[in-house]
Amino acid sequence: MRTFGFPEIVFLIEAAQWTIYLSLLTFGMGGLVGFVIAMARVSRHRVLRAVSSAYVQLFQNTPLLMQLFIVYFGLSLLGFRLPAIVAAGLALTFFASAFLGDIWRGSIEAVPRQQFEAADALALTPWQSFRHVILPQAIRLATPPTVGFFVQIVKNTSLTSIVGMTELMRGAAMMNNATMAPMNVYAIVCLIYFVICFPLSVLSRKLESRLNVGR
Amino acid sequence: MDYVLQFGPVFQRFDLIWSGLLMTVQLSIVAIVAGFVIGVVFARMRTEGGAVARGIAAVYVETIRNTPFLAQLFMVTFGIPQFIALLGMPIRPAPYWLAIIALSVNLGAYITEIVRAGIDAIPRPQVEAAESLALTPTQIFLRIKLPPALAKVFPALTSQFILQMLGSSIVSVIAVQELTSAAGRIQSETFRTFETYLVVTALYFGLAFLLRAILVSIAAYAWPWRRRSAN
Repeated sequence: MRTFGFPEIVFLIEAAQWTIYLSLLTFGMGGLVGFVIAMARVSRHRVLRAVSSAYVQLFQNTPLLMQLFIVYFGLSLLGFRLPAIVAAGLALTFFASAFLGDIWRGSIEAVPRQQFEAADALALTPWQSFRHVILPQAIRLATPPTVGFFVQIVKNTSLTSIVGMTELMRGAAMMNNATMAPMNVYAIVCLIYFVICFPLSVLSRKLESRLNVGR
Repeated sequence: MDYVLQFGPVFQRFDLIWSGLLMTVQLSIVAIVAGFVIGVVFARMRTEGGAVARGIAAVYVETIRNTPFLAQLFMVTFGIPQFIALLGMPIRPAPYWLAIIALSVNLGAYITEIVRAGIDAIPRPQVEAAESLALTPTQIFLRIKLPPALAKVFPALTSQFILQMLGSSIVSVIAVQELTSAAGRIQSETFRTFETYLVVTALYFGLAFLLRAILVSIAAYAWPWRRRSAN
C-alpha cells in the first residue's frame, strides 16, 4: 500500500490539469452554443424563441448526471466508440449553453429599451444596432455572472468522473484506492478545486460591485 | 442504426422506479428544509454577528461554494464515520443520513448567500424604526428583516431548491437508493440503458416542474400582493 505523501499530491495536481482543460473546452463550446441560444431567445421569430426556450428548460430542469449518462450511452447506441472526453464535453456543452444562453438573454434584455430606439432612430440596421449599441452594453452586464458561472462549470466537471473521464475526481478515486487515506486525498482535492474556483468567485464579485458603482 | 427503443422492460420494474422517486422526493424535502434553516441562521451570523461569527459564516459559505458537491459528499462519507469511531461510539451511519448531511450543508451555504443579499437590500430606516420601538435584535431579525428579505429573494431560492433536487442524483454514488440508483439497477437488469435513463430523466423533469409549481403557489399564498411579479 502506498502512503499519502508528496508524490501523491503531485499526481492529484496533474489530474487537475484535465479538470482545467475540460472546463475551458466546456466554456468555449458552451459559450458558442449559448450565444446562439441567447440570440434565438431575443429573436423576432416566434418559432426560434419557442425552440430555444424549450432547449433551456430541458437542460435546466434535468440533472447533469442524467444528461451525461444519456449522451454517453446514446453515442454508443449510435455505434460510436468515442473517448470519454467527447461524451463528457458534449454533455457539459449542452448544460453550459443552456445556462449561459439564459444569462446572456437576461443581459441583452437588461439594456434599456431607449438604446434600441435611439439606434433605430439613427437608421442603423438591426445587425449594426445590435453589434455597436446593444452588445457592448450587454457584455458589460454579462461579465460578472459569466465569470460566476465558470465556477459552476469547473465544479460540475467533477461529475464526468462517474462516466469514466480521467480528471481530478477520478484521479482522487484512484489515489484513494492506492493509499486508503480518503480524508487526505479528498481534503487535497477540495483544496485544489478551491484554489481554482475562489479567485474566480472573488473576481466575479469585484466586477459586479464595479458595475453597480458605474450606474 | 438498427437499434429499436424498447421501454417495456423498463416499465416492468416500475416498482423500483417508484421507490427511487419517493426517496428522491424525501431527500429533497429534508435537505431543502434543513438547508433553509442553516441558511437563515448563517445569514444572520453574516449580517449581524461579531467578527468571529462573521468569519465562521464566510469560511463556511466560501468553502462550500467553491468546491464540488461530489468532493463534499466523499468528505462526509469518509469523514463522519471516522469521526464517530474516534469518539468511540459503535454506530455506522447509513448512506441515507450521510447524504442528508451533505445535501443540507451544501444547500445551506447557497441559501446563506441568497438570504444575506435579501437582508442587505432592506432599507436602513425600517430597521431603525424597529429599534426605536425597542424590539429585541431577534424580533427585528425574524419580524422586520426576514419576511421582506425572503419575499425579495424567493425566485432565487426557488431556483436553488430545484437545482438541489436535481443535484440529489449525485448521492447515488454512495449507494443511497434514490431515483438515479434505481435507474442504475434497472439498466443492469434489463440492458435497456438508454431507455432507462430517458424515462428517469423525464421523471426528474416532471419533479422539477412540480416543485416549481409548489414553490410558486407558496409565494402566491405568502405574498399575495406580489403575485404579478412572482415570475
